[in-house]
Amino acid sequence: MTPDQWTALVAGIVGGALRVGAPFLFVSLGECLTEKSGRINLGLEGVLVLSAMASFGGAWLTGSAWLGVLVGATAGALLALLHGLLCSLDRVNDVATGIALMLFGTGLAFYLGKPLIQPQAPQLPAIPLGNWSENPVVRSALQINALVPVGIVLALVLWWGFARTRIGLLVRMAGDSANATRALGYSVAGLRIAATTAGGFIAGLGGASLTLFYPGSWNEGISSGQGLIAVALVIFARWNPLRCIVAALLFGGAGAIGPALQSIGVGWGYHLFNTVPYVLTLVILVLTCKPGSVAAGSPGELSSTR
Amino acid sequence: MRSVLKEAALPVFAIAAALLLFGVFVWFAGASPMEVWLILFKGAFGDWFSWQNTLQRAAPLMLTALCVAIPARAGLVVIGGEGALVLGGLACAALPYVLPLPANALGSLALCIAGALAGALWIMLAGWLRQYRGINETISSLLLAYVAIGLFKHLVEGVLRDPASLNKPATRSLAEGLAIGGIGGSDVHWGLAIGVAACLVSGLWLRATPSGFAVRVVGGNPRAAQLVGLPASRLILAACGLGGACAGVAGAVEVAAVHTNANASLIAGYGYAGILVSFIARHNPVAVIPVAILFGGFGAAGSLLQRRVGLPDASVLVLQGMAFVLILASEGLRMVDWKALLNSRAPRVQEPALRKEPPMHDEPAAVRPLEPARPPIPHGVRVAHDVARLQEVTR
Repeated sequence: MTPDQWTALVAGIVGGALRVGAPFLFVSLGECLTEKSGRINLGLEGVLVLSAMASFGGAWLTGSAWLGVLVGATAGALLALLHGLLCSLDRVNDVATGIALMLFGTGLAFYLGKPLIQPQAPQLPAIPLGNWSENPVVRSALQINALVPVGIVLALVLWWGFARTRIGLLVRMAGDSANATRALGYSVAGLRIAATTAGGFIAGLGGASLTLFYPGSWNEGISSGQGLIAVALVIFARWNPLRCIVAALLFGGAGAIGPALQSIGVGWGYHLFNTVPYVLTLVILVLTCKPGSVAAGSPGELSSTR
Repeated sequence: MRSVLKEAALPVFAIAAALLLFGVFVWFAGASPMEVWLILFKGAFGDWFSWQNTLQRAAPLMLTALCVAIPARAGLVVIGGEGALVLGGLACAALPYVLPLPANALGSLALCIAGALAGALWIMLAGWLRQYRGINETISSLLLAYVAIGLFKHLVEGVLRDPASLNKPATRSLAEGLAIGGIGGSDVHWGLAIGVAACLVSGLWLRATPSGFAVRVVGGNPRAAQLVGLPASRLILAACGLGGACAGVAGAVEVAAVHTNANASLIAGYGYAGILVSFIARHNPVAVIPVAILFGGFGAAGSLLQRRVGLPDASVLVLQGMAFVLILASEGLRMVDWKALLNSRAPRVQEPALRKEPPMHDEPAAVRPLEPARPPIPHGVRVAHDVARLQEVTR
């Protein structure tokens, strides 16, 4: 390979990490917040697809990409609120509810999104990080989604909030010991519903970055399981919002290998390289989980790690 | 019989509520609910043509639902049936590449076995990861499904590709004699018989054999299983293997009876719809049969809904999602003791009505509006009064 091709490959993967990683970042932060409160929301996949549709539709109708982001995040929060409410009923399993909402959210998004497949909505502005370079390939690869800085700030805020604020402590308490929460006179269900809804709002930003930046249009194959990978990402990040940033970038980079190779003319194994994030997740799970013991750093009330 | 009715009541109620809600939903979209319900029924069960379509869709649904139901009885939530289905179809299409098969029913059987093996191994991998590596099987099976789809596309567009398939990459078509035909000349293929048989056999296995009972013990109470020394890991792997084999056969049947080769239209979401069917059937293999037929019918009616009322084809997905959400919500009502609840609501013995007395001067009535004001009682008298009241209550 020539040096130019190498540059293109590296730029493709790094740029892809930032572009493909953005939805991962938001969904994993949302899932992290939900799981910290002691519930697992597999329905974030449905949240992601629904909010992707809603933000595209919102941007198309209002003509403003940022209003679209708000609409998308709100739609995500509403679907997550449904998850939170359903799980507060007796004997309702949060994993099964998540699967149901995955189906419901996806169906609703496909149904309402039918008229949105053709039109073009206003897109989010890009932050050109590659302007230092003369190479046009690098310049175009390092066009960063304007939501990425928001995500990084959000991760910092969550990390600080969990460690330092009263609300953060309450959410962590609901996740670690429902009994302690009850003993102190707080409502476990209320805290969890609030955390799940907020998590859905954050995950909705991920949906917005799918349709309003990259790939930048609405179609029914918009999400390829990012909402579910987020669950594994959070385990990988050991429920730490700061590590979620690293994990999301890593997964974005892994997912960008296939397209980056294709862009320099290596077509072989395109679909195999696309499975790299999933294989990577499995490998990480194999390395971090131990039979009969709880994953390090996991909230005590979480059903999926017990 | 009575218990069967009781078990069926809530799912039936939930599906009815989902249909009602769906009616409201399409009403918002400007369609007439009555017409939509009628078309749903006609498109699913209206005539023999719709019945054929329905049953053709029900066959893979039954098998993929078993991929959820059987592991669920062993206490696992496996949602990666799509991966087992896709690999089963791939194994079925790939077998003639490596092995000359007799072009008759025996050859078809070999295809199904290949599919079953591929599916079984894939889901057993998820079970193994859970038992020996402590990885949540819900997540791992789903990740494995995505890996399986990637593998499928890689092979179908790579070494297994038929050079004649230009626009849509596909494997070479199966020989004429290997294809699975229709039952009695209809469009309904023998996959339906396989599906029904698999449901009945696995239902019988779970209910009437020692090993099936052991699986249910492991799923119902892992601690009890440990105490009586059941080989939990082996049983869980067996349940995963059986479930995966069913989904693999579903893929093989889809290839051998419907598509005649493996191509991307095999990835049609039967694996995910199977999750819904299994949950509504409450993981009971025999109940899977009617539920799969019902949801096969909804699927069949989807295209009619699109043509007649102009609703998007995804409206069936919305209906499925509503049904799933409602069935889970109804789970919360299952254990409610309705009789006791009704009794407690029924009028009881007449309690003496509260008398309204004029409020005392130093205590404004607004502060304690519900309690009738009493003159203060000296302490000793109050104790005596309480003792008497206690005796009265305990008598």
